[in-house]
Amino acid sequence: MDTGSGGGGWFSRSRTVAKPGFSRWMVPPAALCVHLCIGQAYAFSVFNLPMTKLIGISESAPDDWKLTELGWIFSIAIFFLGVSSAVFGRWVEEGGPRKAMFTAACCWAGGFLISAFGVSIHNLWVIYLGYGVLGGIALGIGYISPVSTLIKWFPDRPGMATGMAIMGFGGGAFIASPLSVWLMGKFGSDTHVGVMETFVVLAIVYFIFMVVGSIIVRVPPADWKPEGYVAPRENKLISKNDVYVYDALKTPQFWLIWVVLCVNTTAGIGVLGQASAMSQEMFPGHITPIAAAGLVGLMSLFNMGGRFAWASTSDYIGRRNTYFVFMVLGFVLYCLVPLTGAAGSVAGFVLCFLVIISMYGGGFSTVPAYLRDMFGTRYVGAIHGLLLTAWSAAGIFGPVLVNYIRQYNVAHDVPKAQAYNTTMYIMAGLFVIGFICNFLVKAVDARFHMKADRTALDAAGEAARA
Amino acid sequence: MENSNSNGTTTLQLVLAWGFVGIPLVWGVFQTLLNALKLFQ
Repeated sequence: MDTGSGGGGWFSRSRTVAKPGFSRWMVPPAALCVHLCIGQAYAFSVFNLPMTKLIGISESAPDDWKLTELGWIFSIAIFFLGVSSAVFGRWVEEGGPRKAMFTAACCWAGGFLISAFGVSIHNLWVIYLGYGVLGGIALGIGYISPVSTLIKWFPDRPGMATGMAIMGFGGGAFIASPLSVWLMGKFGSDTHVGVMETFVVLAIVYFIFMVVGSIIVRVPPADWKPEGYVAPRENKLISKNDVYVYDALKTPQFWLIWVVLCVNTTAGIGVLGQASAMSQEMFPGHITPIAAAGLVGLMSLFNMGGRFAWASTSDYIGRRNTYFVFMVLGFVLYCLVPLTGAAGSVAGFVLCFLVIISMYGGGFSTVPAYLRDMFGTRYVGAIHGLLLTAWSAAGIFGPVLVNYIRQYNVAHDVPKAQAYNTTMYIMAGLFVIGFICNFLVKAVDARFHMKADRTALDAAGEAARA
Repeated sequence: MENSNSNGTTTLQLVLAWGFVGIPLVWGVFQTLLNALKLFQ
């Protein structure tokens, strides 16, 4: 089996070009095969507590790992998600989705197997390397691999198409969390926690799922359009020209959208991780730990649903307008959160957070189509990969804003119920910055458009690779 | 290769592909929904 870029092997682009009669509706499930698997990352925390008892079993022994040490596994993985999507974006785009999805499957399953080995010899560095580095690379490659393919299959509804795939990333945790708990229950005993075996089973299951996705996926022939497709009316914010991946970095549009995504993600990620503690502290006696866990589950559902709903909506109201809605609504809702706390309105608080978290998910799923509108379809996957560094940055800003400001307020005798108010107003302020940046997004200057000679060179290279 | 699936992709293939990803997803959503209901208890 030829895995190289040249030749006519199973991985080559020519082997993935759809034959007449292929239904484009086979492509979203192919993308979901990958995204549902790598979405497990959101549920990795279910392993944290069991992994603090690998030696002590019933309770942590002195040589057992600490939660703070285990927290780095997820952080390293998210860091490598951003790095790998930026570094491998062009390779993913040019090599085609099948090769990228299969590579992601190997890295993802390999990461779990290496981590299982790390658990068996009780070496945390091996897990950092396995799940953190290798798994993180799988996250980056797997996340961007189906994006441009879906956009090319659904030129009439790019938001909906990418929204479906990225919804899978949000939904992956729903499957992984109960499945992992069930597996650990099956493999665990009075003398054994069962994490190692669970990792091995997950590696096998995820590998099969992701390989099925890579088998199903197809790219459309050049210049293919769906039946009855009518190109959108002349719109300055929907480009008909392509921009080369590294030229996109030279445009103000890329960095403006980077800031918009970073703001939206910072605001969402900050509350997503702290929703349980925040809700209990803002409504002491009203929201119990069990109810708070329910709120987190409900937020996860809105996170997933928002990915599909907002991205689909953007096909009708436009990408820039969708982000205007996020920024304005986000500003209003974050200003309202402290008021709901003061008024003791649990329903108001929950409603605010559910809408905020739906927009957090919607921000992720709408951005590939926004990039398509700005930079064309040719390198949208690679440009999307570069943009995901905004996610990595937000992963630091969000929790820092929420945790440290709360800590500062509590240390300065602010009642716990009001300790989050400053953060909420800061988040609202961030949305103002995001609004301004989104407002400044205009059509990309023609000097950045790919010239005919480059496009021809590109096409020749693609033909040679096929 | 249009939206129709009369020549290449069969309806069975579509059902299998969507079921392959849809069934686990629906199961996961259901489990999460059960957990989320605790908010209202």
